[in-house]
Amino acid sequence: MTMLLRRIRWEQVLFWRNREAAVFVFIFPPLLYLLLGAVYGDEIDDVPAADVLLAGMIGYGCANTAFAGLAITQVIRRENGSLKRLRATPLPMATYFTATVVSILLVFALQMLTTLVLGVVLYDASGPKRPFELVVLGVFGGLAFAGLGFGAAAVIRSAEGASAVVNLAVLPMAFLSGSFGPTRNYPEVLQRFSEVLPLTYLNRLLERVYLRDESMFGDPKALLILAAWGLAGYLLAWRRFGWSPRER
Amino acid sequence: MKPAVRVAGLHKAYGHVEAVRGVDLEIARGEVFGLLGPNGAGKTTIVEILEGYRSRDAGSVEVLGFDPQECPREFREQIGVVLQHSELPPSLTVRETHRMFADYYRAPRDIDEVVELVGLAEKRDARVKTLSGGQKRRLDLGVALIGDPELVFLDEPTTGFDPAARRTAWDLIRSLRELGKTVFLTTHYLDEAQQLADRVAVIRGGVLVAQGTPDELTRHGDETEIRWVENGEQVVITTTDATRALHEATGAALAEGRVLEGLEVRRPSLEDVYLELVGEPPARAEGGE
Repeated sequence: MTMLLRRIRWEQVLFWRNREAAVFVFIFPPLLYLLLGAVYGDEIDDVPAADVLLAGMIGYGCANTAFAGLAITQVIRRENGSLKRLRATPLPMATYFTATVVSILLVFALQMLTTLVLGVVLYDASGPKRPFELVVLGVFGGLAFAGLGFGAAAVIRSAEGASAVVNLAVLPMAFLSGSFGPTRNYPEVLQRFSEVLPLTYLNRLLERVYLRDESMFGDPKALLILAAWGLAGYLLAWRRFGWSPRER
Repeated sequence: MKPAVRVAGLHKAYGHVEAVRGVDLEIARGEVFGLLGPNGAGKTTIVEILEGYRSRDAGSVEVLGFDPQECPREFREQIGVVLQHSELPPSLTVRETHRMFADYYRAPRDIDEVVELVGLAEKRDARVKTLSGGQKRRLDLGVALIGDPELVFLDEPTTGFDPAARRTAWDLIRSLRELGKTVFLTTHYLDEAQQLADRVAVIRGGVLVAQGTPDELTRHGDETEIRWVENGEQVVITTTDATRALHEATGAALAEGRVLEGLEVRRPSLEDVYLELVGEPPARAEGGE
């Protein structure tokens, strides 16, 4: 246990010391919220726009942090030999993985809080209807997207390409799944496509918990699909994740 | 005491390429052992099997009484590893890096002591990204020693170093011997093996072609070269009976009243032996590393 706590602490130190990653992973979603909040009108579907955007931005933040941030870090560590080096130490790999996930959840939690505070202070957002469930959903979504992050890291070949590949996945996904505003007016084809994306379901659950005062457990289908995506990611990582740099 | 490393009949292939073809090794505790060979000879494959990174196809391997293939945690408590290519987090300081790795071990060494040992005391609070290449390698070594290992693996520790940095690294490796550590060193530099290793094995094409102390290896051929200049031409005699050959040559010269210009008697250096052993194109130089 103490080893896990220590490793979580080191993960945190490594995350915040790496300025570029910290800016990209942590600052980007709140920053985007500030911009979108400034251009959208007062209300979206009779709900304050500040709140609609906040719910969506939490979903985007989850994908950006737990999926993209985690995947890029793992690929870089594998390719520069850090993971290989770590594997020769007594640190159990399960401890390493657990610490990585807990650490990224902490970053995501802080990010969620920052975005909320910005929304309430600057744009008069009213905040989540079910704060406790929002936390539970945040952990659930974070775990699912972390699984996808490990899965992606397992199949991405080079450190140079990692950031391009995950952003190519995250930004269109966030757009299609309604993180940046309602998708109602999107072409039929794009709406159909969005129905397979995990973020669509996280956003759907966030709307329930944050905007509508409905329990996340009232939409078991969304929970299941999100869990299935996460499990698929962990499974892929379990089968394919390597410790050593890909042979060059 | 049981040997630190015992390897018998080790085989490893990558697809159709046989990287290691029947290697036997034994390394005593406290010994500095050098595995010497050209690039692609199978050095890294062997060291990675011993470190627990790779599985073997056949043969038996015992390292500190463990089978590294199973790579149990207890085994990892007792080894230190310096890889050919690995980076440490650039944003941590030298001390922090040591402290982070110390956290993984049950009974780590004192951090400042290790920092001092690898000669980074003045840089203890410097960020890793500000270190020179040589200093980074010393940091690698410090991190490998932080768990107070019995056995330290150094995979080509000085490749790419300038001569001064290499001297420093050599001194460092010698200090490991004084600490009583067993050291497994791979290198393609002959002088490095000669300077550092108690015992050397030469590998070529996945097979050990010679094994022994640097002294024993140079006695390998047991031949002596006698050379002089006669009528402006170099005369070279290679013999296993130097006493007789030299007596005959000088005796003849004295009888004829000649002088053997530039007379030289020399035993083959480790370099000659090495070139003789691996100099011709290796049979299977491809793959493996």
